[in-house]
Amino acid sequence: MNLIFLVLVVVAYLVVTGILGYLGFRSTKNSTDYLLAGRRIHPMVMALSYGATFISTSAIIGFGGAAAVYGMGIVWLTFLNIMVGIFIAFVFFGRRTRKMGHNLDAHTFPELLGKRYGSRFLQTAGGALIFCAMPLYAGSVIIGGVQFVSQTLKVQYEVALLFFVAVVALYVVMGGMKGVMYTDAFQGALMFAGMAFLLCYTYYVLGGVGKAHQALTDLAPMAREAFGKAGHTGWTSMPVAFSPYWWQLVTTIVLGVGIGVLAQPQLTVRFMTVKSGHELNRAVVVGGIFIAMMTGVAFTVGALSNVYFVNTVGKIALLAGDKKTDNIMPLFIDRAMPPWFVAFFFVTLLAAAMSTLSSQFHAMGTAFGRDFLERGLNVRAKNSVAINRIAMGAGIILSTLIAYALPRFYAGGTAIIATGTAIFFGLCAAAFLPLYVGALYFRRASREAAIACFSAGVFVSLFWLFFVHAKEAVPLGLCKSLFGRPSLFPALANVDPIVVALPISTVVFIVVSLCTRPVPAEVADKAFRGVKTA
Amino acid sequence: MFGFGDAWVFLAYALTLGSAALCVAYGIVNWNKPREDQSEELKEEAEWETRDPDLNEGGSR
Repeated sequence: MNLIFLVLVVVAYLVVTGILGYLGFRSTKNSTDYLLAGRRIHPMVMALSYGATFISTSAIIGFGGAAAVYGMGIVWLTFLNIMVGIFIAFVFFGRRTRKMGHNLDAHTFPELLGKRYGSRFLQTAGGALIFCAMPLYAGSVIIGGVQFVSQTLKVQYEVALLFFVAVVALYVVMGGMKGVMYTDAFQGALMFAGMAFLLCYTYYVLGGVGKAHQALTDLAPMAREAFGKAGHTGWTSMPVAFSPYWWQLVTTIVLGVGIGVLAQPQLTVRFMTVKSGHELNRAVVVGGIFIAMMTGVAFTVGALSNVYFVNTVGKIALLAGDKKTDNIMPLFIDRAMPPWFVAFFFVTLLAAAMSTLSSQFHAMGTAFGRDFLERGLNVRAKNSVAINRIAMGAGIILSTLIAYALPRFYAGGTAIIATGTAIFFGLCAAAFLPLYVGALYFRRASREAAIACFSAGVFVSLFWLFFVHAKEAVPLGLCKSLFGRPSLFPALANVDPIVVALPISTVVFIVVSLCTRPVPAEVADKAFRGVKTA
Repeated sequence: MFGFGDAWVFLAYALTLGSAALCVAYGIVNWNKPREDQSEELKEEAEWETRDPDLNEGGSR
């Protein structure tokens, strides 16, 4: 690849991103602008921003690499991404969230829940949880972006890390939500074009759609030879039911991310950035197509890379990538795509990482600034935006430290990008989802139930992560040092925390709601004003 | 079918394309629905903005 061409493409991309970030900064006048883009964002921009935030390099590099191992069964996740992450999220959650957010004058996801249940504790604790847990997810996203930048530009990981974080931090801290959403829309459009070309060219290289799939199906004996003991049956078929591979595929990847998306604070807050319910309906059109083109393409191409590598180097994708799933997609792009596209795809991945990261920085900053410091600790300043900017700085430093340290801790190529993402999605689902549904749909829900549900979700998720789920419990080592064994329940060591924590927090929410008094009528009346028509 | 090894994977692709089509159809059919009276919301937001002072920095001044 021509380095000068690559540098020119990257500079052009950064210039446009910078201009859009500056426009966001210039048009930010007050805290509603800074936190919710003034509640006047165009539905097309909102949909692209939602999609580009949703899809990071984790989805393309991490999960694309995972598809090269697990196979096309992972496309169930794309179906869930569209059906749950777009259709159900926008139609059944989005419109009510927007209306209720307006009624309660809420500016963040924890603020919406706190005001709906009349609980300052809930807003404070929710903000604290997001601020503590999101750096792991943001750190994973940074690792995905920076690894690719450092490999492609042949620069040190640490240098790429600093440059990458500094660019995103600048336009998020200064431009707030407007800066984030304007740049997201541009980045989303780039991602769409990049993934569309990747799909078409992959099929072209492999001789067409049917032929490519058939060639992958014909490699089933190689898949069984490599992974058959864990239940693999081939890259175009599902693993053996209830085998270790089946559990990993179904629980961690499909359920962990597919359902977890509904309670993501950096996504739900976007519903409050448009001015009316029908604008969310319009956004569904763009959102559905966008997500299909993102994860659908990454998973398909990831699985098909096995055909390409077997044909060209005689190895399956995992072996071609030195047994590191995160290496597979970059290697495939480098080898199989035309040289000019490598530069363009580099920018596509940069856009994917930056769009997700900018929203994470924004969500972390507002969770710590507005929810924890301002509401929880009563910290007051001349303008609220300054507190949020400082809080954002703290979150950015924390995430950067994780991105610096994690690759050393997890050396050996385990899919840390996918793991970090799944942990955060699962934790948010268990802690927030039942009480978020309750906030939108059940007037009868009580404040005590919301607090109990949140606490149970957090406690069970963390317990499962530290003491049962082998993927985290074994490397963390706490269970081994306290109880002398790697997992307290070896038979359940492959079951993802969300499978246990979400049902428990849901039951807690329902039972406590039935046993306690609903929130005062005036709070519920205010929250539900005009909601049915929204 | 289409070179897939089992019906489950074929079903995953079919549902993926079907759900994307559902999003498009739903959005077009409901392009202007629900009809909402925005005047009350706009009035309230204007009122909140008076309690939400301009920044001392940044801003479009």
